[in-house]
Amino acid sequence: MGEELLTIDHLHTAFKHGTEYYDAVDDVSLKIHKDEILAIVGESGCGKTTLAKSIIGLHDLKRTKISGHIGFENEELVGASPAKFDKLRGSEMGMIFQDPLAALNPLMRVEDQVREVLDYHTNYSAEKKHKIVLELLDQVGLENPERVARQFPHELSGGMRQRIIIAIAIACKPELIIADEPTTALDVTIQAQILDLLRTIQTQNHAGIILITHDLGVVADTADEVVVMYAGQVVERGSVSQIFNHPLHPYTRSLLKSIPQADHPGDRLYAIEGSVPPLTKMPHDGCRFAPRIPWVPESAHEKKPTMHEPEEGHYVLCTCYQSFKFENGEAV
Amino acid sequence: MWKTILRRVVIMIPQIVILSLLVFILAKFMPGDPFTGSITPQTDASQLHALKVQAGLYDPWYTQYVHWVVNMFHGDFGTSYQFKEPVMAVIGGRAVNTLWLSLFTVILTYLIAIPLGLLAGRYEDTNLDRGIMFFNYVTYAIPLFVFLVLGLWLFGYVLGWFPSGGSISLSANGFFGNALSRLYHMILPGVLTALLSTTSTVQYLRSEIVDQKHQDMVATARAKGVPERKVFSRHILRNSLLPIAAFMGYSITGLLGGSVFVEQIFVYPGMGQLFLNSISNRDFSVITALVMIYGILALFGTLLSDIIMSIVDPRIRIK
Repeated sequence: MGEELLTIDHLHTAFKHGTEYYDAVDDVSLKIHKDEILAIVGESGCGKTTLAKSIIGLHDLKRTKISGHIGFENEELVGASPAKFDKLRGSEMGMIFQDPLAALNPLMRVEDQVREVLDYHTNYSAEKKHKIVLELLDQVGLENPERVARQFPHELSGGMRQRIIIAIAIACKPELIIADEPTTALDVTIQAQILDLLRTIQTQNHAGIILITHDLGVVADTADEVVVMYAGQVVERGSVSQIFNHPLHPYTRSLLKSIPQADHPGDRLYAIEGSVPPLTKMPHDGCRFAPRIPWVPESAHEKKPTMHEPEEGHYVLCTCYQSFKFENGEAV
Repeated sequence: MWKTILRRVVIMIPQIVILSLLVFILAKFMPGDPFTGSITPQTDASQLHALKVQAGLYDPWYTQYVHWVVNMFHGDFGTSYQFKEPVMAVIGGRAVNTLWLSLFTVILTYLIAIPLGLLAGRYEDTNLDRGIMFFNYVTYAIPLFVFLVLGLWLFGYVLGWFPSGGSISLSANGFFGNALSRLYHMILPGVLTALLSTTSTVQYLRSEIVDQKHQDMVATARAKGVPERKVFSRHILRNSLLPIAAFMGYSITGLLGGSVFVEQIFVYPGMGQLFLNSISNRDFSVITALVMIYGILALFGTLLSDIIMSIVDPRIRIK
């Protein structure tokens, strides 16, 4: 494990709704190191993207309140000025977005979009930038970079567009890359290629990657560390082997149980009852997952859930994991 | 891009043919003929018949149609019943007047509308935005003719800052004198019309900007470290101007047709006034020519819009 790259402590990100602020990210703490892929998993609406945008400073601060602490390379990012973020983004931090078509400007040629990063972070000459753009396109596995450089996004396939987004994100060899569901919009074969590419880049650039996904298969294949989020909170975190071989929190166990198993064809797929409560109806006290496992007695939960560390480096929220069994009595 | 334009022009040919057929049929349905205006109690019926035969009015319709089209290509739209002059000569001078007034109005409209839409979109939900939106609803709600009459009364009569009618003063002479006098006559009708023509552009631009701001593409630009000011000008604004560009062609040629209201109220000798005048005097040859010209202008408007779009939006170009 490399040196510490990003430390998040007790982060709250609250959105304004009407006159009130509601926490979309509620007391999240985590760390990421160089040479590490940290996966953040959870279902839609659990705060994964909100967390990522808080790190990279993409929230509209007129409607968002961020408190807590985000430390990145000895700098405090909570409350950092827009100018500081402009300097960090693109050069020290890169972000890969979910929908590769929406994430590219339809009116600009690929070369101009990739070069824009270099324009704001380097003083290279035009020829050097051109050369770097072609190298980047080649590095992300695009054939015939010169041709692609002259094309517009609508002339490229989804996988090619995602490669260009990645080229943009890694143009200045950032220390930290945040990939927000980078493979969700792609078909399965392309997904595998893009994940391979991310891993290769991580090894070449020694970057730390935060991989946001709801696809546990992707996590198992790619990540080193896993953070499981539910309703704005981190409910469990640990290494990939800890999370997959010895999941603790009922939510993690339910998520793993809901993966289709190839060796049990014909079984009904497990589904977690209910859904994540909307931001405005989020309970303040108690275990937030309790309403979705109603058969578990209230006494199993903590009144104010805290983080426990039952084994080294493996954290879990609330005490309900200790006695949790599925409704049919199965333990895992 | 040239391919796109060429293709568009080729498509226009059948459109113009259909348009000309429609106008021709309508013209044939109208009562009277080129000699109706020159009939007097002394006119000999057999002489009139001979004239009509000579003019080809008893030929089959397709011969007449071809004849009409061929003449039109030579700039011959017949003779105005009312002015006893070739139609082209009647339209010519007024077309120039309308062209200047329209150009002035279009430019002014965009000069007012684009900054307003841009500010409202950029500073969404601030008092500035609310103020601009209020202005927009007010200008949308006021009928043009009421606004023009009020403006004319206030600035033309009460304050007397601007002439109350005409396109040029009789005393103007010399190139600059003429140009200045023309401009002076255009200011009041131009400014008043432009103020009320901004609504859709402001509204479109504002909502496009608000919409574009929340696109992933803009988040990508910010994630690249592009400063906010540049994100706005390079990414948000360019993409937001597309629908405005799409309408530009129509609005330019649309205004070339002249505004009946403006020209009537300001006694401005242009195409709109001529059209109204020709209708009330049943000057059919002028009406036919004007309808044909308006139709062709509308077609050119769509052509112009498509050309503008193919320049600004690479997705529309044909390979």
